[in-house]
Parts: sequence; structure tokens; C-alpha cells
Amino acid sequence: MTAVLPLAEQFQRGLTAPICLTWELTYACNLSCVHCLSSSGRRDPRELSTAQCQALIDELARMQVFYVNIGGGEPTVRADFWELVDYAVARRVGVKFSTNGVKITPEVARRLAGSDYVDVQISLDGATEQVNDAVRGAGSYRTAMRAMGALAAAGFRGFKMSVVVTRQNAGQLDQFEALAREHGAQLRLTRLRPAGRGADVWHALHPTAGQQRALHDWLLARGDSVLTGDSFFHLAGFGQAPPGLNMCGAGRVVCLIDPVGDVYACPFAIHDSFRAGNVRHDGGFARVWRESALFATLREPQPGGPCTSCSAFDGCQGGCMAAKFFTGLPLDGPDPECALGHGEAALARATGGAPPPRPSVDHSRRRGPVPVTIGRRPPQSAGALT
Amino acid sequence: MSTEAVPPAAFDLDRPWCLDERVAVRPEPFGALLYHFGTRRLSFLKDPRMLTVVRALAEHPSARSACESAGVTGPALQAYQGALATLARSEMIKERAVP
Repeated sequence: MTAVLPLAEQFQRGLTAPICLTWELTYACNLSCVHCLSSSGRRDPRELSTAQCQALIDELARMQVFYVNIGGGEPTVRADFWELVDYAVARRVGVKFSTNGVKITPEVARRLAGSDYVDVQISLDGATEQVNDAVRGAGSYRTAMRAMGALAAAGFRGFKMSVVVTRQNAGQLDQFEALAREHGAQLRLTRLRPAGRGADVWHALHPTAGQQRALHDWLLARGDSVLTGDSFFHLAGFGQAPPGLNMCGAGRVVCLIDPVGDVYACPFAIHDSFRAGNVRHDGGFARVWRESALFATLREPQPGGPCTSCSAFDGCQGGCMAAKFFTGLPLDGPDPECALGHGEAALARATGGAPPPRPSVDHSRRRGPVPVTIGRRPPQSAGALT
Repeated sequence: MSTEAVPPAAFDLDRPWCLDERVAVRPEPFGALLYHFGTRRLSFLKDPRMLTVVRALAEHPSARSACESAGVTGPALQAYQGALATLARSEMIKERAVP
């Protein structure tokens, strides 16, 4: 075979269409998770209409986007949700949707089990009710368990059980794995990002350095039987890169379309600095993906700053852009959770400087359930948790 | 994502093959992306000529003949056989019934 650049380097230069496209259908949500990446809660009156969503699906089909990761908010609370799923599947655009399970009845589960083109991801952030509900709200564990039970009973094999790893649940990885196995599901672990409301709780919820190392070892022992959405490449510095492409995909293989049609470089970067355009403008999504100045910049070689001289740089690539941005760290420096500990020093240096950027968009309900141990967002500063 | 290598000998070049009907193919500058809706896995063709081979499979009596039609012959054949073996193992391509 002809000598070619490694795939990750090819991907850095961008593809004709994203591999992993997240589409948040609505900012409305029945829950108020303390770490919500999109600060969801209330519907936005400017959200795309059914016809606009269908036009976007037509465009994704023309671009040969294989599947979309639909999220929110809680996407299933949109009255036209199932209609849009059917519309996408009919055009051979696969759908994987993330849900807290609120609408997954036995009847819905039976319908979903019958399609190769629809995959379901149930969010669960604790293997026990106590740990989960402290983050996702009272009753959310039972809702997720009911949904997983319905999917398992309907014979839906291999749906995803998706867990954001936190300080509180990092000790439950074996329990999560067992829960997934009992339901015929596949476990997916992702990284807690300081995005959206997650910025307010990140300091209290993100795993400790010891937990990160244990997670790294646990993931390596599992190989590709546990999905990660490629979200732990910043842990490569502990030894070995976890399975996956291990690169920041923002604007290169990944992007986010939000409920009002704004396109961001990734789901963890809902901020004006990472907004590339809007699908409603001339040229639609294809033009944003192929021509936006922001994405062109992201597809250029990135300055690595002080990290480039580090022995771990080949593996971690300096970590997650969004994690750095929302913790007030320079983008060409270490990740706040750098495996070699450079993040802690950088965070200490950043303290006392300008406050970290705030997410540009907030649809949080003004009066939501307030968990006992974790404070709601303070008005201005991020991470001011006691 | 499936990128692990499979020994070339594990693939029978003299049988007729075709893409699985649940696989979508998207050409890219480096070759192509493949997505299997049943297994929900992605694969990559790291060379545009491999895309020509894969697309030709269904119209040829054997994989060897599909490779030849794409100009893949001689020593180069073994690398393509290896890539086809990987695709077969990940169910992206399958043997088709002899007419």
C-alpha cells in the first residue's frame, strides 16, 4: 500500500463531512444535572422547526454523514422526536440518541429494538441511586433503570450505558460494567468537562489524580470493550494511550449543531470563540463544515507551547481544548488534568488572573432542584465552590 | 474502530466478494470511510485504489479479478489481500453466492 500519513494526521486536516456529529435537538430538559454541558433546562423559542430539522437531515444525507448523535437537553421531549428519527432513518442517516430514559416505555423499546439504524444511549452517572441522583437529580436513577430494563426486555442488545466519570463514581467502574452486562448493554465512559454548568462543579466533581491513574489502567485492561468516545487521550501520559484515535477532533472529525442551528467545534465548547456558523445561513451546514474560518484554523498544525518538549506530548497532544478554555488555561499549555501534574501548577498560576470564560449560552431553569452537596452556579465566577 | 491487521492468507482471493448491504462508503482525500450500520463500526480505506477495489468486488468473479481491474497485481497484491482480510473479519465485505 502506498505510504500515507497516519490516519490521525489525515484527520487533522479535516474530512469532507464529520465522523462524529452531535446534534442537540432542544435545550428543554426534564432534569437539571449539575454538570450539564449545554446548560440545558428551558426550550429556546428559536429552536429549529420540524421542517428545518428535516432540511438539515436531507443535507446530512447528501454529505453522507453516516449517523448523528442526537442529544439535548432531553431530545425525546420534543413532540416531533420520533418523526425526526424516522425521517433520518428513511434517508440512511443513522441515529444514536442520548436520553435520561424518561420516554423509553416498553412499547418504544420494542420499536427501537427492531432497527439497525437507531442506537440508544442511556445516561447514568452513578452505579447507585445515591451517587447518581446527587448529580442528575432525585428519581433519575430509577428512570434510567426502568428504561434499561425496558430495552433489555425488548431484546435490544448492545445499547449504550453512558457514564461521566466523576470523583464520586470513579470507584464504581466495576459496578457500572456489571450493570451494563446485566442489561445486555455496552458501557461507555466519558470525561467530565468544565463546559456549561459543568464549569461550576468541575473543581468538586473531577476525578483526583489517583483516580485518573486507576481509570487509565482500568481502561487499558478493558481494550475496546468499553467505549470512551476518545475522551481520555489526555491520560496517555500515565503510560499508554487508551484505544481510539487519541486526538482532539474538534472541527476536524467532530462538531456540534445546537438547537438553534449554531455550529460549534465540539459539544464541550459552546462559546462564541468556538462558533463556526449557523445551518440556517446560505450554504447550510456543508458550507460551515467546509469553509468556516474557525474550522480551517483548527485543521492547521496547532502550536503546542511548552507541552511540545514533554515526553508525553505524542500521546496526549496537550489534552482537551475545551477543558483548558473553561478553566482559564492557555490553549497551548497543559490540560488541567495533565497526567504528569502540570495542570495543577497551571491552574494555580491562573488563579488570581482574569476569571475563566463563561459559556455563551445558558438555558438553565431559574428554579431547579438544588442538590444538597453541590451549589448552583454563582453569578459571575466559575469554580467558586466551597 | 477496526484497524487491527489480519494475516493476508486468511482471505481467499479467488472467491467472489461484495460489500455488505448495511455498509455505507464515503470517499475521502486519503481513501474512504466505511460505516457498518449493523455492527456500528467504522473502518478506513487508507488508499484511493483500495476504494476502487472494494467498489469493483461485486462486479467481478473473484477478488483477485477486482484487484487486477484496479491495477493491483504482482507483489502489491499481498498488501491488498491483507486489507481485504481485515474488511472481511469486520463484516464490511462478505462472500457472495456463486451465480
